[in-house]
Amino acid sequence: MTANNQPAPLPTETVIKLVLSWLFVGIPLVFGVIYTLINAMKLFQ
Amino acid sequence: MSFLDRSRTVAGPGFSRWLVPPAALCVHLCIGQAYAFSVFNLPMTKLLGISKSAPGDWALTDLGWIFSIAIFFLGVSSAVFGRWVEEGGPRRAMFTAALCWAGGFLVSAFGVYIHTLWIIYLGYGVLGGIALGIGYISPVSTLIKWFPDRPGMATGMAIMGFGGGAFIASPLSVWLMGKFTTATHVGVAETFIVLGVVYFFFMIVGSILVRVPPDGWLPAGYTPPAESAKLISRHDVFVYDALKTPQFWLIWWVLCLNVTAGIGVLGQASAMSQEMFPGHITPVAAAGFVGLMSLFNMGGRFFWASTSDYIGRKNTYFVFMVLGFVLYCLVPYTGSAGSVAGFVCCFLVIISMYGGGFSTVPAYLRDMFGTRYVGAIHGLLLTAWSMAGIFGPVLVNYIRAYNVAHGVPKAQAYNTTMYIMAGLLVIGFICNFLVKAVHAKYHMKEQDARGSEPALRPAGARA
Repeated sequence: MTANNQPAPLPTETVIKLVLSWLFVGIPLVFGVIYTLINAMKLFQ
Repeated sequence: MSFLDRSRTVAGPGFSRWLVPPAALCVHLCIGQAYAFSVFNLPMTKLLGISKSAPGDWALTDLGWIFSIAIFFLGVSSAVFGRWVEEGGPRRAMFTAALCWAGGFLVSAFGVYIHTLWIIYLGYGVLGGIALGIGYISPVSTLIKWFPDRPGMATGMAIMGFGGGAFIASPLSVWLMGKFTTATHVGVAETFIVLGVVYFFFMIVGSILVRVPPDGWLPAGYTPPAESAKLISRHDVFVYDALKTPQFWLIWWVLCLNVTAGIGVLGQASAMSQEMFPGHITPVAAAGFVGLMSLFNMGGRFFWASTSDYIGRKNTYFVFMVLGFVLYCLVPYTGSAGSVAGFVCCFLVIISMYGGGFSTVPAYLRDMFGTRYVGAIHGLLLTAWSMAGIFGPVLVNYIRAYNVAHGVPKAQAYNTTMYIMAGLLVIGFICNFLVKAVHAKYHMKEQDARGSEPALRPAGARA
Protein backbone atom coordinates (compact mmCIF):
# COMPACT_ATOMS: atom_id res chain seq x y z
CA MET A 1 0.00 0.00 0.00
CA THR A 2 1.57 3.26 -1.04
CA ALA A 3 0.21 6.72 -0.57
CA ASN A 4 1.87 8.06 -3.69
CA ASN A 5 3.89 5.62 -5.70
CA GLN A 6 4.25 7.66 -8.87
CA PRO A 7 7.53 9.59 -9.08
CA ALA A 8 6.71 13.20 -9.85
CA PRO A 9 8.74 16.42 -9.94
CA LEU A 10 9.14 17.97 -6.50
CA PRO A 11 7.39 21.30 -5.87
CA THR A 12 9.77 24.28 -6.02
CA GLU A 13 9.10 25.03 -2.36
CA THR A 14 10.28 21.52 -1.40
CA VAL A 15 13.41 21.85 -3.55
CA ILE A 16 14.28 25.14 -1.84
CA LYS A 17 13.72 23.55 1.57
CA LEU A 18 15.93 20.63 0.59
CA VAL A 19 18.78 22.87 -0.58
CA LEU A 20 18.59 25.13 2.47
CA SER A 21 18.35 22.32 5.00
CA TRP A 22 21.30 20.42 3.49
CA LEU A 23 23.35 23.62 3.38
CA PHE A 24 22.40 24.31 7.00
CA VAL A 25 24.04 21.09 8.17
CA GLY A 26 26.49 20.63 5.31
CA ILE A 27 28.44 23.90 5.61
CA PRO A 28 29.50 23.44 9.26
CA LEU A 29 30.24 19.76 8.65
CA VAL A 30 32.41 20.44 5.59
CA PHE A 31 34.21 23.22 7.50
CA GLY A 32 34.92 20.79 10.35
CA VAL A 33 36.13 18.05 8.02
CA ILE A 34 38.47 20.39 6.10
CA TYR A 35 39.84 21.84 9.34
CA THR A 36 40.50 18.33 10.69
CA LEU A 37 42.01 17.19 7.40
CA ILE A 38 44.45 20.11 7.40
CA ASN A 39 45.54 19.19 10.92
CA ALA A 40 45.74 15.51 10.00
CA MET A 41 48.19 16.33 7.21
CA LYS A 42 50.78 17.03 9.91
CA LEU A 43 51.16 13.25 10.13
CA PHE A 44 52.82 13.28 6.73
CA GLN A 45 55.07 16.31 7.30
CA MET B 1 2.21 21.29 23.56
CA SER B 2 0.29 19.97 20.57
CA PHE B 3 2.96 21.23 18.19
CA LEU B 4 5.19 18.46 19.52
CA ASP B 5 2.63 15.67 19.16
CA ARG B 6 3.47 12.80 16.89
CA SER B 7 0.21 13.31 15.01
CA ARG B 8 1.33 16.87 14.14
CA THR B 9 4.52 15.59 12.51
CA VAL B 10 2.91 13.35 9.89
CA ALA B 11 4.25 14.35 6.46
CA GLY B 12 1.84 16.08 4.14
CA PRO B 13 1.68 16.04 0.34
CA GLY B 14 4.87 17.15 -1.40
CA PHE B 15 7.16 16.31 1.52
CA SER B 16 10.50 14.80 0.48
CA ARG B 17 12.02 12.14 2.71
CA TRP B 18 15.44 13.67 1.99
CA LEU B 19 14.50 16.45 4.43
CA VAL B 20 14.65 14.00 7.32
CA PRO B 21 18.43 13.26 7.28
CA PRO B 22 19.32 16.96 7.72
CA ALA B 23 16.79 17.14 10.57
CA ALA B 24 18.55 14.21 12.20
CA LEU B 25 21.96 15.77 11.51
CA CYS B 26 20.85 18.98 13.23
CA VAL B 27 20.62 16.98 16.45
CA HIS B 28 23.54 14.58 15.98
CA LEU B 29 26.03 17.26 14.90
CA CYS B 30 25.21 19.12 18.13
CA ILE B 31 25.35 16.26 20.59
CA GLY B 32 28.49 14.97 18.85
CA GLN B 33 30.18 17.87 20.65
CA ALA B 34 30.62 15.40 23.52
CA TYR B 35 33.65 13.90 21.75
CA ALA B 36 35.30 17.33 21.83
CA PHE B 37 34.63 18.13 25.48
CA SER B 38 38.28 17.46 26.32
CA VAL B 39 39.22 20.86 24.79
CA PHE B 40 37.76 22.43 27.95
CA ASN B 41 39.71 20.25 30.38
CA LEU B 42 42.99 22.15 30.39
CA PRO B 43 41.42 25.67 30.51
CA MET B 44 39.20 24.49 33.38
CA THR B 45 42.28 23.58 35.41
CA LYS B 46 43.34 27.26 35.29
CA LEU B 47 40.13 29.10 36.14
CA LEU B 48 41.67 30.58 39.30
CA GLY B 49 45.35 30.66 38.36
CA ILE B 50 44.64 31.88 34.77
CA SER B 51 48.10 31.20 33.31
CA LYS B 52 48.72 28.04 35.35
CA SER B 53 46.89 25.93 37.91
CA ALA B 54 46.64 27.53 41.35
CA PRO B 55 45.66 26.02 44.71
CA GLY B 56 41.90 25.46 44.57
CA ASP B 57 41.86 24.89 40.81
CA TRP B 58 40.29 21.66 39.61
CA ALA B 59 42.45 18.64 38.81
CA LEU B 60 42.30 16.92 35.41
CA THR B 61 41.25 13.67 37.09
CA ASP B 62 38.22 15.41 38.63
CA LEU B 63 37.32 17.03 35.29
CA GLY B 64 37.54 13.67 33.53
CA TRP B 65 34.44 12.62 35.43
CA ILE B 66 32.28 15.15 33.54
CA PHE B 67 32.58 13.18 30.28
CA SER B 68 32.29 9.82 32.05
CA ILE B 69 29.05 10.89 33.80
CA ALA B 70 27.65 12.18 30.50
CA ILE B 71 28.35 8.88 28.70
CA PHE B 72 26.90 6.93 31.64
CA PHE B 73 23.70 8.97 31.46
CA LEU B 74 23.64 8.54 27.68
CA GLY B 75 23.28 4.79 28.21
CA VAL B 76 20.83 5.13 31.10
CA SER B 77 18.55 7.70 29.44
CA SER B 78 18.44 5.95 26.07
CA ALA B 79 17.41 2.76 27.87
CA VAL B 80 14.91 4.43 30.21
CA PHE B 81 13.35 6.91 27.78
CA GLY B 82 13.51 4.74 24.63
CA ARG B 83 9.84 3.75 24.71
CA TRP B 84 8.76 7.32 25.46
CA VAL B 85 10.84 8.56 22.51
CA GLU B 86 9.29 5.95 20.23
CA GLU B 87 5.69 6.62 21.24
CA GLY B 88 5.95 10.39 21.69
CA GLY B 89 7.46 10.91 18.27
CA PRO B 90 10.72 12.44 17.08
CA ARG B 91 9.75 16.11 17.44
CA ARG B 92 8.95 15.86 21.14
CA ALA B 93 12.17 13.90 21.70
CA MET B 94 14.34 16.32 19.72
CA PHE B 95 12.77 19.30 21.50
CA THR B 96 13.43 17.67 24.89
CA ALA B 97 16.99 16.85 23.87
CA ALA B 98 17.51 20.49 22.80
CA LEU B 99 16.23 21.77 26.16
CA CYS B 100 18.42 19.35 28.12
CA TRP B 101 21.52 19.95 25.97
CA ALA B 102 21.28 23.75 26.08
CA GLY B 103 20.24 23.59 29.74
CA GLY B 104 23.26 21.43 30.51
CA PHE B 105 25.59 24.05 29.02
CA LEU B 106 23.89 26.91 30.87
CA VAL B 107 23.95 25.08 34.21
CA SER B 108 27.63 24.23 33.59
CA ALA B 109 28.38 27.87 32.79
CA PHE B 110 26.91 28.77 36.18
CA GLY B 111 29.05 26.04 37.75
CA VAL B 112 32.17 27.52 36.15
CA TYR B 113 31.12 31.05 37.18
CA ILE B 114 30.80 30.14 40.87
CA HIS B 115 33.61 27.54 40.56
CA THR B 116 31.59 24.59 41.86
CA LEU B 117 32.40 21.32 40.12
CA TRP B 118 29.38 19.29 41.19
CA ILE B 119 27.13 21.77 39.37
CA ILE B 120 29.03 20.94 36.15
CA TYR B 121 28.63 17.22 36.91
CA LEU B 122 24.91 17.92 37.21
CA GLY B 123 24.74 20.22 34.17
CA TYR B 124 26.87 18.69 31.43
CA GLY B 125 27.10 15.25 33.06
CA VAL B 126 23.52 14.47 34.04
CA LEU B 127 21.41 16.92 32.01
CA GLY B 128 23.74 16.79 29.00
CA GLY B 129 23.98 13.01 29.27
CA ILE B 130 20.19 12.71 29.18
CA ALA B 131 20.19 14.92 26.07
CA LEU B 132 22.82 12.66 24.51
CA GLY B 133 20.70 9.56 25.10
CA ILE B 134 17.39 11.02 23.92
CA GLY B 135 18.97 12.93 21.04
CA TYR B 136 20.99 9.96 19.83
CA ILE B 137 18.03 7.60 19.46
CA SER B 138 15.34 10.16 18.53
CA PRO B 139 15.76 10.19 14.72
CA VAL B 140 16.74 6.52 14.29
CA SER B 141 13.34 4.86 13.91
CA THR B 142 12.01 7.83 11.92
CA LEU B 143 14.82 7.46 9.38
CA ILE B 144 14.31 3.70 9.20
CA LYS B 145 10.62 4.23 8.46
CA TRP B 146 11.39 6.78 5.74
CA PHE B 147 14.10 4.62 4.15
CA PRO B 148 12.89 1.01 4.30
CA ASP B 149 14.86 0.42 1.09
CA ARG B 150 18.14 1.75 2.55
CA PRO B 151 17.89 1.77 6.37
CA GLY B 152 21.62 1.35 6.86
CA MET B 153 22.49 4.36 4.72
CA ALA B 154 19.82 6.48 6.42
CA THR B 155 20.88 5.77 10.00
CA GLY B 156 24.52 5.88 8.89
CA MET B 157 24.03 9.49 7.80
CA ALA B 158 22.66 10.54 11.19
CA ILE B 159 25.16 8.61 13.27
CA MET B 160 27.95 9.92 11.04
CA GLY B 161 26.85 13.35 12.30
CA PHE B 162 27.52 12.25 15.87
CA GLY B 163 31.09 11.42 14.84
CA GLY B 164 31.39 14.70 12.92
CA GLY B 165 30.05 16.94 15.68
CA ALA B 166 33.45 17.08 17.34
CA PHE B 167 35.05 18.44 14.15
CA ILE B 168 32.86 21.52 14.43
CA ALA B 169 32.82 21.82 18.21
CA SER B 170 36.55 21.57 18.72
CA PRO B 171 37.71 24.56 16.59
CA LEU B 172 34.58 26.54 17.51
CA SER B 173 35.18 26.07 21.25
CA VAL B 174 38.85 26.97 20.97
CA TRP B 175 37.99 30.07 18.93
CA LEU B 176 35.28 31.18 21.38
CA MET B 177 37.51 30.67 24.41
CA GLY B 178 40.15 32.75 22.65
CA LYS B 179 37.63 35.55 22.16
CA PHE B 180 36.40 35.53 25.78
CA THR B 181 39.70 34.95 27.55
CA THR B 182 41.52 37.99 28.95
CA ALA B 183 44.65 38.45 31.04
CA THR B 184 42.57 38.04 34.21
CA HIS B 185 39.86 35.64 33.11
CA VAL B 186 39.47 32.29 31.31
CA GLY B 187 36.42 32.44 29.02
CA VAL B 188 34.97 28.98 29.63
CA ALA B 189 31.63 30.08 31.11
CA GLU B 190 30.91 32.49 28.25
CA THR B 191 31.83 29.80 25.72
CA PHE B 192 29.40 27.40 27.40
CA ILE B 193 26.63 30.01 27.17
CA VAL B 194 27.24 30.70 23.46
CA LEU B 195 27.44 26.98 22.66
CA GLY B 196 24.23 26.33 24.59
CA VAL B 197 22.35 29.01 22.63
CA VAL B 198 23.77 27.97 19.23
CA TYR B 199 23.09 24.27 19.82
CA PHE B 200 19.56 25.01 21.03
CA PHE B 201 18.82 26.92 17.82
CA PHE B 202 20.28 24.14 15.63
CA MET B 203 18.40 21.36 17.41
CA ILE B 204 15.11 23.26 17.34
CA VAL B 205 15.48 23.64 13.55
CA GLY B 206 15.87 19.86 13.40
CA SER B 207 12.74 19.31 15.48
CA ILE B 208 10.78 21.64 13.19
CA LEU B 209 12.02 19.91 10.03
CA VAL B 210 11.39 16.34 11.14
CA ARG B 211 8.34 14.44 9.92
CA VAL B 212 7.10 10.87 10.28
CA PRO B 213 5.68 9.01 7.26
CA PRO B 214 1.95 8.29 7.12
CA ASP B 215 0.81 4.76 7.96
CA GLY B 216 1.54 2.33 5.16
CA TRP B 217 3.76 4.75 3.25
CA LEU B 218 6.44 3.21 1.04
CA PRO B 219 8.90 4.87 -1.32
CA ALA B 220 7.92 4.88 -4.98
CA GLY B 221 8.84 1.64 -6.71
CA TYR B 222 9.91 -0.11 -3.52
CA THR B 223 8.68 -3.63 -2.78
CA PRO B 224 9.47 -5.10 0.65
CA PRO B 225 11.77 -8.16 0.42
CA ALA B 226 10.38 -11.67 0.80
CA GLU B 227 10.02 -12.90 4.38
CA SER B 228 13.23 -14.21 6.03
CA ALA B 229 15.21 -14.09 2.79
CA LYS B 230 18.04 -12.19 4.49
CA LEU B 231 17.11 -12.44 8.16
CA ILE B 232 14.79 -9.49 7.64
CA SER B 233 11.56 -9.68 9.62
CA ARG B 234 8.34 -7.92 8.69
CA HIS B 235 6.98 -8.50 12.19
CA ASP B 236 7.34 -6.10 15.08
CA VAL B 237 8.53 -7.12 18.53
CA PHE B 238 7.44 -5.18 21.64
CA VAL B 239 10.35 -3.33 23.25
CA TYR B 240 10.41 -5.33 26.49
CA ASP B 241 9.79 -8.63 24.69
CA ALA B 242 12.97 -7.99 22.70
CA LEU B 243 14.90 -8.27 25.97
CA LYS B 244 13.65 -11.86 26.32
CA THR B 245 15.12 -12.92 22.99
CA PRO B 246 18.63 -14.37 22.62
CA GLN B 247 19.03 -12.20 19.50
CA PHE B 248 18.98 -8.98 21.53
CA TRP B 249 21.73 -10.18 23.87
CA LEU B 250 23.82 -11.66 21.08
CA ILE B 251 23.72 -8.34 19.21
CA TRP B 252 24.40 -6.56 22.54
CA TRP B 253 27.63 -8.56 22.88
CA VAL B 254 28.52 -8.08 19.21
CA LEU B 255 28.26 -4.30 19.67
CA CYS B 256 29.98 -4.32 23.06
CA LEU B 257 32.96 -6.34 21.78
CA ASN B 258 33.29 -4.34 18.56
CA VAL B 259 33.19 -1.05 20.49
CA THR B 260 35.57 -2.35 23.19
CA ALA B 261 38.10 -3.23 20.51
CA GLY B 262 37.92 0.27 19.02
CA ILE B 263 37.34 2.63 21.92
CA GLY B 264 40.47 1.67 23.82
CA VAL B 265 42.84 2.44 20.95
CA LEU B 266 40.88 5.56 20.00
CA GLY B 267 41.58 7.09 23.39
CA GLN B 268 45.25 6.02 23.42
CA ALA B 269 46.10 6.48 19.74
CA SER B 270 48.40 9.44 20.26
CA ALA B 271 50.48 7.90 23.05
CA MET B 272 50.46 4.45 21.44
CA SER B 273 51.74 5.67 18.07
CA GLN B 274 54.56 7.63 19.71
CA GLU B 275 55.59 4.77 21.97
CA MET B 276 55.50 2.15 19.22
CA PHE B 277 57.51 4.33 16.83
CA PRO B 278 59.82 6.44 19.02
CA GLY B 279 61.57 9.06 16.96
CA HIS B 280 59.42 8.40 13.90
CA ILE B 281 56.06 9.74 15.10
CA THR B 282 56.37 13.12 16.83
CA PRO B 283 53.64 14.60 19.09
CA VAL B 284 52.53 16.84 16.21
CA ALA B 285 52.34 13.89 13.81
CA ALA B 286 50.49 11.89 16.47
CA ALA B 287 47.90 14.67 16.72
CA GLY B 288 47.51 14.44 12.93
CA PHE B 289 47.08 10.68 13.27
CA VAL B 290 44.30 11.19 15.83
CA GLY B 291 42.58 13.65 13.47
CA LEU B 292 42.82 11.16 10.61
CA MET B 293 41.35 8.46 12.85
CA SER B 294 38.42 10.75 13.69
CA LEU B 295 37.76 11.24 9.97
CA PHE B 296 37.77 7.48 9.37
CA ASN B 297 35.57 7.00 12.42
CA MET B 298 33.05 9.38 10.88
CA GLY B 299 33.38 8.13 7.30
CA GLY B 300 33.15 4.51 8.43
CA ARG B 301 29.78 5.22 9.99
CA PHE B 302 28.33 6.12 6.61
CA PHE B 303 30.35 3.70 4.46
CA TRP B 304 29.79 0.50 6.45
CA ALA B 305 26.12 1.19 7.25
CA SER B 306 25.46 1.88 3.55
CA THR B 307 27.39 -1.25 2.57
CA SER B 308 25.24 -3.29 4.94
CA ASP B 309 22.20 -2.46 2.80
CA TYR B 310 23.81 -4.52 0.02
CA ILE B 311 25.67 -7.33 1.82
CA GLY B 312 23.37 -7.67 4.84
CA ARG B 313 23.83 -6.73 8.47
CA LYS B 314 25.13 -10.07 9.68
CA ASN B 315 27.74 -10.23 6.91
CA THR B 316 28.86 -6.67 7.69
CA TYR B 317 29.58 -7.66 11.29
CA PHE B 318 31.37 -10.77 10.03
CA VAL B 319 33.62 -8.42 8.03
CA PHE B 320 34.23 -6.30 11.17
CA MET B 321 35.17 -9.36 13.21
CA VAL B 322 37.35 -11.15 10.62
CA LEU B 323 39.09 -8.09 9.19
CA GLY B 324 39.48 -6.62 12.70
CA PHE B 325 41.04 -9.88 13.92
CA VAL B 326 43.57 -9.91 11.06
CA LEU B 327 44.45 -6.23 11.51
CA TYR B 328 44.88 -6.44 15.29
CA CYS B 329 47.20 -9.44 14.80
CA LEU B 330 49.17 -7.44 12.20
CA VAL B 331 49.71 -4.36 14.39
CA PRO B 332 52.57 -5.85 16.50
CA TYR B 333 54.35 -6.85 13.26
CA THR B 334 54.07 -3.33 11.87
CA GLY B 335 55.71 -2.15 15.10
CA SER B 336 58.58 -4.64 14.97
CA ALA B 337 59.06 -3.97 11.23
CA GLY B 338 59.05 -0.21 11.82
CA SER B 339 56.29 0.26 9.25
CA VAL B 340 54.52 3.49 10.19
CA ALA B 341 52.39 3.30 7.02
CA GLY B 342 51.26 -0.25 7.86
CA PHE B 343 50.46 0.78 11.45
CA VAL B 344 48.45 3.81 10.32
CA CYS B 345 46.53 1.83 7.68
CA CYS B 346 45.65 -0.92 10.16
CA PHE B 347 44.22 1.52 12.68
CA LEU B 348 42.37 3.62 10.13
CA VAL B 349 40.49 0.55 8.92
CA ILE B 350 39.92 -0.66 12.50
CA ILE B 351 38.52 2.70 13.56
CA SER B 352 36.27 2.89 10.48
CA MET B 353 34.78 -0.43 11.59
CA TYR B 354 34.40 0.89 15.14
CA GLY B 355 32.23 3.70 13.74
CA GLY B 356 30.52 1.30 11.38
CA GLY B 357 29.52 -0.89 14.32
CA PHE B 358 27.52 1.98 15.82
CA SER B 359 25.79 2.97 12.62
CA THR B 360 24.93 -0.51 11.34
CA VAL B 361 23.34 -1.73 14.54
CA PRO B 362 20.01 0.18 14.26
CA ALA B 363 19.36 -1.46 10.89
CA TYR B 364 20.39 -4.85 12.34
CA LEU B 365 17.80 -4.35 15.11
CA ARG B 366 15.20 -3.32 12.57
CA ASP B 367 15.87 -6.52 10.61
CA MET B 368 15.40 -8.58 13.77
CA PHE B 369 12.64 -6.77 15.64
CA GLY B 370 10.75 -4.72 13.02
CA THR B 371 10.41 -0.95 12.80
CA ARG B 372 7.79 -0.16 15.44
CA TYR B 373 10.02 -0.19 18.55
CA VAL B 374 13.42 -0.12 16.91
CA GLY B 375 14.31 3.23 18.52
CA ALA B 376 13.45 2.00 21.99
CA ILE B 377 15.26 -1.31 21.48
CA HIS B 378 18.25 0.61 20.14
CA GLY B 379 18.17 2.69 23.31
CA LEU B 380 18.36 -0.44 25.45
CA LEU B 381 21.22 -1.77 23.34
CA LEU B 382 23.30 1.36 23.92
CA THR B 383 24.05 0.10 27.44
CA ALA B 384 26.62 -2.02 25.56
CA TRP B 385 28.37 1.23 24.66
CA SER B 386 28.54 2.30 28.31
CA MET B 387 29.99 -1.09 29.23
CA ALA B 388 32.53 -0.96 26.39
CA GLY B 389 33.49 2.56 27.44
CA ILE B 390 34.78 1.05 30.68
CA PHE B 391 36.26 -2.20 29.27
CA GLY B 392 38.16 -0.74 26.31
CA PRO B 393 40.33 1.90 28.00
CA VAL B 394 40.90 -0.36 31.03
CA LEU B 395 42.20 -3.16 28.79
CA VAL B 396 44.57 -0.89 26.90
CA ASN B 397 45.82 1.19 29.83
CA TYR B 398 46.20 -1.45 32.51
CA ILE B 399 47.77 -4.13 30.33
CA ARG B 400 50.25 -1.59 28.99
CA ALA B 401 51.07 -0.45 32.52
CA TYR B 402 51.46 -4.09 33.66
CA ASN B 403 53.81 -4.87 30.77
CA VAL B 404 55.93 -1.75 31.31
CA ALA B 405 56.14 -2.52 35.04
CA HIS B 406 57.41 -6.02 34.16
CA GLY B 407 60.21 -4.78 31.93
CA VAL B 408 58.58 -4.99 28.51
CA PRO B 409 59.95 -2.22 26.23
CA LYS B 410 57.38 0.52 25.62
CA ALA B 411 57.44 -0.16 21.88
CA GLN B 412 56.12 -3.69 22.56
CA ALA B 413 53.94 -2.92 25.57
CA TYR B 414 50.76 -2.86 23.48
CA ASN B 415 51.30 -6.22 21.74
CA THR B 416 49.43 -8.26 24.35
CA THR B 417 46.51 -5.83 24.19
CA MET B 418 46.33 -6.19 20.41
CA TYR B 419 46.09 -9.98 20.70
CA ILE B 420 43.42 -9.66 23.42
CA MET B 421 41.43 -7.31 21.17
CA ALA B 422 41.74 -9.88 18.36
CA GLY B 423 40.48 -12.53 20.80
CA LEU B 424 37.48 -10.38 21.72
CA LEU B 425 36.58 -10.18 18.03
CA VAL B 426 36.63 -13.99 17.80
CA ILE B 427 33.99 -14.06 20.56
CA GLY B 428 32.09 -11.37 18.68
CA PHE B 429 32.25 -13.50 15.54
CA ILE B 430 30.70 -16.44 17.41
CA CYS B 431 27.93 -14.26 18.89
CA ASN B 432 27.15 -12.86 15.44
CA PHE B 433 27.16 -16.37 13.97
CA LEU B 434 24.55 -17.47 16.52
CA VAL B 435 22.08 -14.71 15.53
CA LYS B 436 19.04 -16.30 13.86
CA ALA B 437 15.57 -14.99 13.05
CA VAL B 438 13.44 -14.08 16.09
CA HIS B 439 10.93 -16.79 17.09
CA ALA B 440 7.35 -16.06 16.03
CA LYS B 441 6.12 -16.20 19.66
CA TYR B 442 7.72 -12.79 20.25
CA HIS B 443 5.96 -11.10 17.31
CA MET B 444 3.32 -8.49 18.16
CA LYS B 445 -0.20 -9.40 17.12
CA GLU B 446 -2.47 -7.07 15.17
CA GLN B 447 -4.76 -6.57 18.17
CA ASP B 448 -1.83 -6.02 20.56
CA ALA B 449 -2.86 -3.06 22.71
CA ARG B 450 0.62 -2.35 24.13
CA GLY B 451 2.07 0.94 23.03
CA SER B 452 -0.76 1.72 20.65
CA GLU B 453 0.20 4.68 18.50
CA PRO B 454 -2.15 7.49 17.70
CA ALA B 455 -3.66 6.98 14.27
CA LEU B 456 -1.60 8.60 11.56
CA ARG B 457 -3.56 10.18 8.84
CA PRO B 458 -2.50 9.22 5.32
CA ALA B 459 -0.85 11.83 3.19
CA GLY B 460 1.01 12.02 -0.07
CA ALA B 461 4.63 12.22 0.93
CA ARG B 462 7.19 11.73 -1.80
CA ALA B 463 10.23 9.56 -2.16
